[in-house]
Amino acid sequence: MRGIEKIGLGLFLVGLIAFLVIPFLGSYRLSEELVLENTKEIHREKMAELLSPLYGKEYGSSFSFLAAYRDQFNPYNDDLKSQQLWDDVIWDDYTFPIAKASLQSPVKENPWIYFGLSIGMAVLGGFLNNFRKHADQPEGVKNNGIFHSSMKNRGWMGIVSGTLLILFYVVLYWFPAYLVNLVAMVDPISRFLSGNPASQWFLYGLIYTLAILVMGIRMFRKYRGNRYQQLRTASVMFFQTAFAFLIPEILVLLNQPYFDFKNIWPLDYDFFYEYQISTFLSAGGVGMFMLVWGILLILVGVPVFTYFFGKRWYCSWVCGCGGLAETVGDPYRQLSDKSLKAWKYERWIVHSVLALAVVMTVLTIANYFSGFSLLGNVTNQLHSFYGFAIGSAFAGVVGTGFYPFMGNRVWCRFGCPLAAYLGIVQRFKSRFRITTNGGQCISCGNCSTYCEMGIDVRWYAQRGQNIVRASCVGCGVCASVCPRGVLKLENGPEQNRINELPILIGNDSIRIKQ
Amino acid sequence: MNRDRHVVIIGNGISGVTCARTLRKLDSDIRITLVSGESKYFFSRTALMYVYMGHMKFENTQPYESFFWDKNRIGLKEAWVEKVDFDAKTLFFVSGESLSYDTLVIATGSKPNKFGWPGQDLKGVQGLYSKQDLELMEETTHKGVARAVIVGGGLIGIEMAEMLSYRKIPVTFLVREKGFWDNVLPREEADLVGRHIHEHHIDLRLETELKEILSDSNGRVRAVVTSTGEEITCEFVGLTAGVSPNVDFLRGSKLEVNRGVKVDEYFRTNLPDVYSIGDCAEFETAPAQDRKNIEQVWYTGRMHGETLAQSLCNKPIPYRPGVWFNSAKFLDIEYQTYGVVPPTVNPEEIKDFYWEHRGGKISFRMRMDSERKILGVNAFGIRLSHEFFDKAIREKWKGEKVITQLEKANFDPEFFEPHFIEIQKAFLVQFGGDFRPAKKSFVQKLFGAKA
Repeated sequence: MRGIEKIGLGLFLVGLIAFLVIPFLGSYRLSEELVLENTKEIHREKMAELLSPLYGKEYGSSFSFLAAYRDQFNPYNDDLKSQQLWDDVIWDDYTFPIAKASLQSPVKENPWIYFGLSIGMAVLGGFLNNFRKHADQPEGVKNNGIFHSSMKNRGWMGIVSGTLLILFYVVLYWFPAYLVNLVAMVDPISRFLSGNPASQWFLYGLIYTLAILVMGIRMFRKYRGNRYQQLRTASVMFFQTAFAFLIPEILVLLNQPYFDFKNIWPLDYDFFYEYQISTFLSAGGVGMFMLVWGILLILVGVPVFTYFFGKRWYCSWVCGCGGLAETVGDPYRQLSDKSLKAWKYERWIVHSVLALAVVMTVLTIANYFSGFSLLGNVTNQLHSFYGFAIGSAFAGVVGTGFYPFMGNRVWCRFGCPLAAYLGIVQRFKSRFRITTNGGQCISCGNCSTYCEMGIDVRWYAQRGQNIVRASCVGCGVCASVCPRGVLKLENGPEQNRINELPILIGNDSIRIKQ
Repeated sequence: MNRDRHVVIIGNGISGVTCARTLRKLDSDIRITLVSGESKYFFSRTALMYVYMGHMKFENTQPYESFFWDKNRIGLKEAWVEKVDFDAKTLFFVSGESLSYDTLVIATGSKPNKFGWPGQDLKGVQGLYSKQDLELMEETTHKGVARAVIVGGGLIGIEMAEMLSYRKIPVTFLVREKGFWDNVLPREEADLVGRHIHEHHIDLRLETELKEILSDSNGRVRAVVTSTGEEITCEFVGLTAGVSPNVDFLRGSKLEVNRGVKVDEYFRTNLPDVYSIGDCAEFETAPAQDRKNIEQVWYTGRMHGETLAQSLCNKPIPYRPGVWFNSAKFLDIEYQTYGVVPPTVNPEEIKDFYWEHRGGKISFRMRMDSERKILGVNAFGIRLSHEFFDKAIREKWKGEKVITQLEKANFDPEFFEPHFIEIQKAFLVQFGGDFRPAKKSFVQKLFGAKA
């Protein structure tokens, strides 16, 4: 490793450690005004009363503060639940806003300093580590030592990274009140973009985008001389930064609904939820445009683009999940399971998620139009189940946390309902295929090893058969790593796209199949 | 034929495995056993280098999952064959066991050449062919190797040089010829690869041979002496001066063995029910004018296996290879060839078109006969369609027609620089012709690499 790369790595680690330490700084002091400011009107009186024992006391950590909060709050709420007084139960979780308001910490005082020390340092370090990578080597495949790497082959570094990621997602989704320091740290950025204070989702979106940008630079270096890889990396960097991160915030600044124009149902599973629909309907022309745009993407965008280009147009050029997988996740792509068994599991699981998303959405819409007479609250429970199990646990914790264990496309391969929908179109009505080059395959296995979707590419290549698979996201890495120029991603006529009885060119002895 | 006859195949490389798989496809009854001492499961020999360099795990080089063999009822016998009793139709293994057969297929591949160099059997001196060779190399080069010397400038030699470079071991590469692999490559291509070898900081010594390998007091290599008299200190020597048939265990038996097992065009040996395919087979007469008596290539091994299986199940069919093709990768530069492109030609009989990219790492050569009909092509750093050139060469297209349609032959990934345009322009300059070079598409102009 060169000097600058070492410095970069060092800075990144400093930033990472700062990021991990920051949540533990400062103290928490609650007052009645803060409770009143951060609770809904119907809960104000009760919350102020419940939390009154905490007023004026200083708590040295988020743990002691939140424990005290729960000591007061939980018995009351649990009692209501046990009496089945559902209408009186306080369903809202106020831990995050109240913890954030009560926080007194140097981070809150000097957010920019701590931002620079943590995220800033990590980004700078990542940049320095990446921007000259492989400068002393000629262009070409850079897979040396991957299986000798502790980070990339499930060694201790991979296990530590995966564990940290999983931990981060669990805290982010279910215990965000412990992250208020970090959220307060990015408040100024959020205020600058949207005029509002930051939520844990803003923090997440910011880190997510920066991670894609920094690791996108790594992709440019790794795939020097490979225009396809560089262009699609630039594309996911652009769509994440502009469409997923900046535009929604700016929309909020302009008093419009928060909306990601490239997120498509059923990946965007709450698109048809009641509160979303009413947001669209109450936002005038812009809201109506968003609703129509979203529906057009589902009904026209997906089938048409997938017909012409395969599902790659979305999965490895546009999608945010794909964007993270193709940049941050690229070092782990070889860890996907290529066995036939894994393929069977994949088909069952991913199509089940699609079915679940469709059923949930149909019920939601039916319920909406029947004025909630059909199912009442049942759809809400369905939503919270889906949000918990699929939206958070599967897509987040497993989807990203498992990068270092099961490869970078766990969510896309086994869980994403949109990928399942795109895949059905790609498999049955598309011009996209991966062509194999006559008899040139030497069965070396680089293609299969580096397929993030766990497709056994070699199985097709060595028999001269085109690869037409629902799961292929068209990342093109199989073609990049092939040492004999056997694989090519192509859009072409549907005729002979699927060649069931391939013949390997070159042996005239048996040209005519008997 | 007997429905439950037992076909035993010695060797589970690409030839033996293709033969076994094809047999099973054609006949669901016969009993098939693959014998190998090297590895229980079939692996891709060509991928051994990637295991060493950490691109893959050894399991990743195995094209079929372990259930495949049970499912297809192909028996796997992990053992080394010591000798064959052709009268009793029985194999005897080193382990003391034996196995009888009705039909025997010998597909034992090759072994690295050793030309009687002094010191060639010292510790730290080896070739690279088998799984065991790889394991030995991993063990030997794990530490304590400050320099390695590779002897012989072929495909395995350059692979070995790349492997050692991964371990940051400086390599001196002794090549007897004037240019790298120039018994196969024309001058320009040999130079192109030679430059790329230097670019990787490999010390390429052309026109230099190995004279002697010197030992330290523990029987390990400590240096080599070259034909120029220079002594090069090294702790590892790779012998990669080609391979020869791995048939020593058959010598002195009833089976006729020359350099390899002698076979006719049906892969029949001099003994009934005994056949030989792949690297270890030596044809009485070469299968075609442009072919050798011993074919030592992955692709030909596969074709031998495929063809013999047809013969064993149906009526005998002779081996008739089609248009020659091959490929390799020299460090970062891919190479493909179709048809006949010998290193040197008589310019009176042969028209030669050669184009090289200004960067010096991409090239295209087309050989034509005196009527300017295509004979073959060489490509470096660009990918060409096998199907296209198989057809063009088989149908003896005019060179001009090939170049006119070159866009169709392009197999490079999307958005890559459209080199075929420059090739077309160069062809027009050199040979003239009644066509216009292709134009860059809008997308290529917008996103494509600079031409």
